[in-house]
Amino acid sequence: MTNSNISQRLLVGLCLLLLASAASARVTVENYGFPIQDRYVATVVGTPEGYEAVLPKDIPFKKRWLNVFPDRKLPDLIWYGQEMIYSEALQDHPAPLIFLIAGTGAAHNGAKNFNMARAFYKAGFHVVSLSSPTYPNFVSSASSTGVVGDAQRDAADLYRVMEMIWKKLDGDIEVTSFNLTGYSLGAFNSAYVAKLDDERKSFNFRKVLLINPPVSLYNSISLLDRMTQNIPGGADNFNEFFDKLVKAFSKVYKDEDEIGGDFLYQAYKAMDLKDEELAALIGVSFRISSASLVFTSDVMTDYGYVKPKGLVLDRYADLTVYNQVVSRLGFTDYYHDFFYPFYKADNPNITRDQFIASESLTEIADYLRNSPKITVMHNQNDIILEPGEIDFFNDVFGDRATIYPYGGHCGNMNYRDNVALMVSTFTRGAN
Amino acid sequence: MKSIMPRACALLAVALLAACSSAPPKATPEPVYPEPVFSAERIVPEDSIAITTVYDPWEPMNMRIYNFNYHFDQWVFLPVVTGWQAVVPKPARTGVHNFFENFRDVRTMANSILQASPTKLMQSTGRVLVNSTIGLFGLIDVATSMGMAKPDEDFGQTLGHWGVPTGPYLVLPLLGPSNLRDGAAELPDFALQNYIQGNLLAKPVRATAFLFDSVDTRTNTSFRYYETGSAFEYQTVRWLYSTKRELDVEK
Repeated sequence: MTNSNISQRLLVGLCLLLLASAASARVTVENYGFPIQDRYVATVVGTPEGYEAVLPKDIPFKKRWLNVFPDRKLPDLIWYGQEMIYSEALQDHPAPLIFLIAGTGAAHNGAKNFNMARAFYKAGFHVVSLSSPTYPNFVSSASSTGVVGDAQRDAADLYRVMEMIWKKLDGDIEVTSFNLTGYSLGAFNSAYVAKLDDERKSFNFRKVLLINPPVSLYNSISLLDRMTQNIPGGADNFNEFFDKLVKAFSKVYKDEDEIGGDFLYQAYKAMDLKDEELAALIGVSFRISSASLVFTSDVMTDYGYVKPKGLVLDRYADLTVYNQVVSRLGFTDYYHDFFYPFYKADNPNITRDQFIASESLTEIADYLRNSPKITVMHNQNDIILEPGEIDFFNDVFGDRATIYPYGGHCGNMNYRDNVALMVSTFTRGAN
Repeated sequence: MKSIMPRACALLAVALLAACSSAPPKATPEPVYPEPVFSAERIVPEDSIAITTVYDPWEPMNMRIYNFNYHFDQWVFLPVVTGWQAVVPKPARTGVHNFFENFRDVRTMANSILQASPTKLMQSTGRVLVNSTIGLFGLIDVATSMGMAKPDEDFGQTLGHWGVPTGPYLVLPLLGPSNLRDGAAELPDFALQNYIQGNLLAKPVRATAFLFDSVDTRTNTSFRYYETGSAFEYQTVRWLYSTKRELDVEK
């Protein structure tokens, strides 16, 4: 078991590499002390030791299970995905409650959500932490269709579980207000959940904070897909490239007892990777996490994307072939050949371009513009935004946007200034 | 639990038999399925090996043991862990944990000698000396507080150090991911710990030490089977474990 402990730790290390799932505002280069200016380095290594916010190590962060669709009959291969797993850290006194939504492929208890949970618990909040709808456990247990990525449907699925969780908690804890935040794709989800809540009014969110959201989903996944093309020698050279990384990694690992803490930063310094190589690493991490998602959806729906339609795989099936195929596909392949056709079946009149345009924050720009409770934190050099897309946030949110000069994609989320702003966004003006 | 043990043994036997049997395959024709949007023939170049590939000829058996471990967790291990955490206050649990970790440092000492590594031998010996004395027989981890490095060496790494290959991937009942080399190497490490504990501990403690050690280890292992929900979890864990062990040996 020490062994699985170790694998788990390595898994956590790699998850840090995985994308947690992107000016002009008042933060200038001069008064911002986050130490890493390179967009790729910041994205991969995050906040170095000594720059992180000081947060409690132990909080009562407990796993919980929710049977969202009791009548659902899962395929045998993913028999274990019936119940949705989430976490909560509750105060023993009346307090505001905050929901956290993780980024692409990330779990309720991933590093970024856990750090946010520590910050908000310390600030006196009840915390309920949810996985991204793109996390395989969410796909099998809480997605109404088994195919995620649609802004409105994902929001409705998230809203359903949030209502169910509150139903369980109501009576046990006293809540003074409801709040919502998320990072990366979770921020994108949060915007649509906020809009849905304004129609359904179950929570009447007091404040909603979007951290590094994409503007257009399609643009962001295209950018991430293109990063794998940076592998020296092309995608077919991936094995050599990866071996080189593992070897470099092991050099650093020799001098460190634990993976975590400053490990990634030390690893990065020792490896001396070029920007293109870092971009390739990010692209590959994104691909590994999307491979799980896509295959899970394929099995759930029997769509016939990489698994032949009608073929039933049991829990002990050999998956080597599917693993190989799906690791060679990009997220844009999924978008065009699975996601879009799957949704077109319900909306036969929608064109591909209309569909791509609709999966975007621009679609709800008017709502965001006129919702003073919604604020945004972003980075000028986020790698998941096309050039110019950052201006969307200044334009739509105005004063409610804080754009940091650097930090890459979510790399500065643990930096003390960022954590301070995150928390004060919700505590300011609260009773 | 009663029904799981015999079933697991039966499965194990079946899997082993299947592995060595030479019976001809059944003659029923494979049903034909429509080609998926992306098939291996179209997407995967010939002779290409995915980076996450691990030599796992016993996969069917391993997957079943993986599954068995999950059930053992659910019905035995995790309830005991929950009880342990509820009944025993945290300082006492930490003491128990440190106590067993002290024996792991002894294991590292022995393997450092076998690996001819004076640095690791000095580090681990220093830890054992400090923790066994000032640390009250290992109950308090003074060495870590003093900033002493904690190398972690076992007999599997020792074999790897001298060039013994890992052999096939192997999921051990209760213990989880391993391989033939490291799995077999658990035995001498276990024997060593047993021998030392046998000489040091009073009889009733000695008899239960193994149980407490197991509960303590599970309590400090955050891994939970099948929680990612990913259909590829078995494959991902296998790859991460194997990569990690490769790095451990080089370390």
